[in-house]
Amino acid sequence: MIRESLSGKRIAITGATGFLGTALVERLLRAVPDCELVLVVRPGRRGAQSRVDRDILKNDAFDKLRTAFADDPVAAGGLEGETFADMCKRRITALAGDVATDGMNLDADGLALLGTCDIAIHSAAAVSFDSALDDAVEVNLLGPHRVAKALSDAAEAHNRPEPAHLVAVSTCYVAGSRRGKAPEQLVNESPFYVDVDWRDEVANARRARLQAESRSRTPECLKNLEKEAYNGLGPAGGPAISERTEQLRKRWVGKQMTAAGRSRASSLGFPDAYAFTKALGERALVETRGNVPVSIVRPSIIESALSEPSPGWIRGFRMAEPVIAAYARGLLKEFPGVPEGVIDVIPCDLVVATILAVAARGPKLDENGVDHPDVTQIASGASNPLEYGQMVDLVRIWFTEHPVYDEKNQPISVPEWSFPGRGRVSRQLGRARKGLDIAEKVLDALPLRGRQAEFGAGLEERKGQLEQASGYVDLYGAYTECEAIYGLDNMYELWNSLDEADRAAFRMDPKLVHWPTYIHTIHLPNMVKAARLKMSPGTRQSSSRNDRLRKQVLDPRRELAVFDLENTLIASNVVASYSWLATRHLDTPDRARFVAKTLREIPTLLALDRADRSDFLRYFYRRFEDAPVDRLAADSAEMLSDLLITKSFPAGIRRVREHRRAGHRTLLITGALELVIEPLRPLFDDIVASEMSITDGTYDGRLTGVPPTGEARYQTLVDYAEAHDINLQESVAYADSSSDLPMLEAVGFPVAVNPETKLASIARKRAWLIEHWDKSKGAPSRVLPIGPLSHGLARTRKILDRSKS
Amino acid sequence: MASDPRRKAPRPGFVLDVDRSTPPILFHHGENFRLEKLPAGRSRVIYPAEPLPGLPDPDDSIRQALLNPIDDDPLPTLLKPGMKLTIAFDDISLPLPSMRAPDIRQRIIEQVLDMAAAAGVDDVHLIAALALHRRMTESELRHALGDRVYDAFAPQGALYNHDAEDPDGMVELGQTRHDEAVTMNKRAAESDLLIYVNLNIVSMDGGWKSTATGLSGYSGIKNHHNVHTMQNSRSFMDRHASELHKSNWRQGEVIKKHGPRVFQIETTINNNTFGYDGPMSVLQKREWEWSAKDRATFIGMRSGLNAMPSSARRKIFQSWKAPYELTSVQAGEVEAVHEATLENCFKQHIVPVEGQTDILTLGLPYICPYNVNSVMNPILVMCLGLGYFFNMYRGQPLVREGGVLIMSHPTPWEFHPVHHPSYIDFFEQVLSDTTDPIEIEKKYEKQFAEDEWYRHLYRTSYAYHGVHPFYMWYWGAHALQWLGRVIIVGGDPRSVRRLGFQPASTLQDALEMASDVVGPHGTITHMHNPPILMADVT
Repeated sequence: MIRESLSGKRIAITGATGFLGTALVERLLRAVPDCELVLVVRPGRRGAQSRVDRDILKNDAFDKLRTAFADDPVAAGGLEGETFADMCKRRITALAGDVATDGMNLDADGLALLGTCDIAIHSAAAVSFDSALDDAVEVNLLGPHRVAKALSDAAEAHNRPEPAHLVAVSTCYVAGSRRGKAPEQLVNESPFYVDVDWRDEVANARRARLQAESRSRTPECLKNLEKEAYNGLGPAGGPAISERTEQLRKRWVGKQMTAAGRSRASSLGFPDAYAFTKALGERALVETRGNVPVSIVRPSIIESALSEPSPGWIRGFRMAEPVIAAYARGLLKEFPGVPEGVIDVIPCDLVVATILAVAARGPKLDENGVDHPDVTQIASGASNPLEYGQMVDLVRIWFTEHPVYDEKNQPISVPEWSFPGRGRVSRQLGRARKGLDIAEKVLDALPLRGRQAEFGAGLEERKGQLEQASGYVDLYGAYTECEAIYGLDNMYELWNSLDEADRAAFRMDPKLVHWPTYIHTIHLPNMVKAARLKMSPGTRQSSSRNDRLRKQVLDPRRELAVFDLENTLIASNVVASYSWLATRHLDTPDRARFVAKTLREIPTLLALDRADRSDFLRYFYRRFEDAPVDRLAADSAEMLSDLLITKSFPAGIRRVREHRRAGHRTLLITGALELVIEPLRPLFDDIVASEMSITDGTYDGRLTGVPPTGEARYQTLVDYAEAHDINLQESVAYADSSSDLPMLEAVGFPVAVNPETKLASIARKRAWLIEHWDKSKGAPSRVLPIGPLSHGLARTRKILDRSKS
Repeated sequence: MASDPRRKAPRPGFVLDVDRSTPPILFHHGENFRLEKLPAGRSRVIYPAEPLPGLPDPDDSIRQALLNPIDDDPLPTLLKPGMKLTIAFDDISLPLPSMRAPDIRQRIIEQVLDMAAAAGVDDVHLIAALALHRRMTESELRHALGDRVYDAFAPQGALYNHDAEDPDGMVELGQTRHDEAVTMNKRAAESDLLIYVNLNIVSMDGGWKSTATGLSGYSGIKNHHNVHTMQNSRSFMDRHASELHKSNWRQGEVIKKHGPRVFQIETTINNNTFGYDGPMSVLQKREWEWSAKDRATFIGMRSGLNAMPSSARRKIFQSWKAPYELTSVQAGEVEAVHEATLENCFKQHIVPVEGQTDILTLGLPYICPYNVNSVMNPILVMCLGLGYFFNMYRGQPLVREGGVLIMSHPTPWEFHPVHHPSYIDFFEQVLSDTTDPIEIEKKYEKQFAEDEWYRHLYRTSYAYHGVHPFYMWYWGAHALQWLGRVIIVGGDPRSVRRLGFQPASTLQDALEMASDVVGPHGTITHMHNPPILMADVT
């Protein structure tokens, strides 16, 4: 019956790129071979057709149909000799449109196409539970209204007596956070519904956005954001900090809008902005539908498919999955909820069947043949409830038998939840987060590098996970505590009206689900695959990953390898090389005085360096004023052995040479003085360093240009690449500090070497290659970088002393 | 001190059969020591000869040698005004450890310079003949030659290190009858007279090897520093049975024909490495003769060393200057001089040993020719054990073919980054691939030898040449071919395995492991070296 009544129809679908939408398209293509589809998608950059091809038809949901077509197109419902792609071309039309804008951005052709449709299924929604209030309002609240408006306009333009039948997908949770029965009635018919004017809510949501935007631009807010950016990046230079600050500002506005949505929703008795905007969306639709016949289908939480298109099929990482994954990784030690409460999930193929059954049935008419908006709920709680406690047990049992492995290849044992109240869990998580905050601040203040810094990055990662966990508690806690039972009278009426063939092809009775089987053999095995959880010990990922990255970095296709010097190739800095050179011609008492003076200056120098690297260098290099060029050249040749090579990382030097052997150009960009690094020249193809001007054979302590650090280093690199026709996306950069972030981000293959805490965490997050290079064990160690006394001087002094005595 | 009977009547080296009354035997162990009880009934210990008496007036002996050279005219008659004179001298690798000032080189060169000055020679250059070794530092040159010589020549640029990679500083003298290239330092080659000042600590040093190798470059040296030559030198310490020396002598023929006139000065020193008294003297005494004081000194020294970090230990040992005494000096024609030198050298070193052994044990000390003021890295451990000590034989190797070598050394994974940069890469890249000398030579030598960065460091820093670690490995090629197994006691297991050897934590474990190869009753010979001994195995 369903197939017969839908066949020959043209059906418009919104939200086809989503989880439910994809399943709908797949089922219609497969089960109703002679209907046509008009898919309304946002065109994006590539255009509507390409989005349909790439984002919908490439999905593995279509594997079954594709195989069937390859085997026998006619049996699969196609024409003789037709391929899957041919069939899609024949039956699917992509229509560019956007439910988040008035008029849906449809042009006349689009409207005309819509006018030819018999049925419209509106499944587009902002389903994210933490979407911004105004985003949710535009899509969920105004979306259905806009679709109805477009349908009625299209009918009018084409003199169609009756607009298409609109099947709008909503959610059971429009009933709000309540206990007890929630029957299939329009929202305003419920005794618990607080009637608010949806138009006011729209206006206020838009205003809230404007307000949040302007609040984000107040000096106090910007100052805080800038501080946060600096804390995250360190002295990465002005542009990088600005970019980060702007990112943070946008994120801040987003958070404000999420909070606004959540608080407005809970003030009206909804678990979150999604349910709230969906409820008002239904109101708006019913109120403004005009002559468009409307049916509303309300699923509860949609989960992976029971059997169609394949058991366990799911698209995207949905509501329950992140929580379950976090639990399997041992992150969620506790989660709130009422164990006896019902967690209302419904496999997506049951929802698809219900929607199609409603569409096939057509608008609900009264005895006079007048259509009335009707509601069909599809949920499991009323007829086949899954208790929250039971679900948690099932999940725990499964993960006990199939543990996830941590990075040390040890199975993670999952915790047993005791179901405390939501408040207690939040408090626990808050405390843990605070502890990590303090630890992180302490670590940040320490000058750590390399492995220790990675420990810091590990802390940050743990903090991120905790934040995520408490996010879940905030977001989903309300759902696990929801004790509403969604009525299914209309659904069962529909089910009962189906004949045997339909019941076999379009299964929608929740009683068909056997929960333990569903969770253990269908949902979890597919979920862990989709979430890429590590389910077997196997080789250590990190080392094989590093090997892979190293191979990429040394691939002959790379063009340029650019290196920082200090702490990337050599454990030394400008202060050390300066004091080496400066003390080389001092006698013992003068040396002691020099050391004492330099030690006194260290706090000032460090503070200056932290504030701005190039200011520091300019300030510091003044010290070279009046230094004779010849003598420094001779001394720096000696310093190559005594300081630079002694403090070098042999693995780093080796890497430079490996790049050269692989045919890459090698470039050193350093803030160090050219005279200091001159002896390293043969190691690289090119060197860019700070240069000092010379007058009368002495240095004058002034730099001839901007020292290449931070963003200036980035610019140097970009200029160099341009001059030598080098593709930076095919290049490699090595650096140790977040101040080099602009340079690292500019290339396709960044490598963090002995990273300090901030860079370590950035590198980890972005999966960059991290190298730990050490000084050679056996290198002579010296506490202070003092140059060995020049022998000429020692000798003169010895003679002088002798003649004195 | 002068009354010490050992000074006047030094006892020759000898072989002790270990019985149950034999006390634990001293093993050198890097910058530390071990006392090991050797199994009675199947072990023997070869002791070096006690130090021969030094020449009573070294300066006079030198003078006499210069005035009465062997098969050559007295030096003063060879010196003419306006001539180009070059004095080449052995580098920091000799002697081991460095000797107390004044160094023999200083004594000789001061006299040569006096004679040159008297003859009105003013174009004089002094060159440290270091071949592909690292350059000597200013303080090392000052130690070897004295401040007077240094200050008179170095500032004018007339005292410097040989640079085998200087494109303008080398000449090719020709080819030997075996088509071996002969290259030489240009200044030396173009001199009217080349005086080479040797310090012959072992029988490998001196002869034509001084000039043909010391003043040569890669293209000349590679003809004899290769796996084939080393595998066919039985041993390279025995000049007449050594392919290495035969090749050098062939190059000598070319030098004689096309090179400068060479006036060779060779010297031998005695075995007085650790002194007759002082903290180290116990190291050149025989264990059963240790006095209570010796025992106390040794225990104190060992517990002190154990408490120190390795860098401090290294510093202490590297600062030790040996009180070596000159035992002979001969000058004149290269080959004749060298024969006399060998005789004098063997007088101190040769210990007759009857028959080979199944297991040879060695205690490797803290120093070898290539880590003076530096770090004994794992490659040098291999070279010292399998290269130098293993080859300290005449006749046949101390250990039978297929036997086991057990060496004691901490073998830390440590490298001096300035002195041994190519060693680090050799260890990380080459040895992780293969330890077979032939394959290493074929696959990697050229790449390292011609590497620009190593070349730069060799020329301007204080790095051994890029190819040098290969020579270290080739030095052990004969032993690698000969031995059934090599075990290092007390070594860092990671680096020992990288070398292709087996680590053992105690000598007992090592002997147990050796029994897999030689059976449970294998005979054991311990070579009690240093001070230096050379086994004459019959």
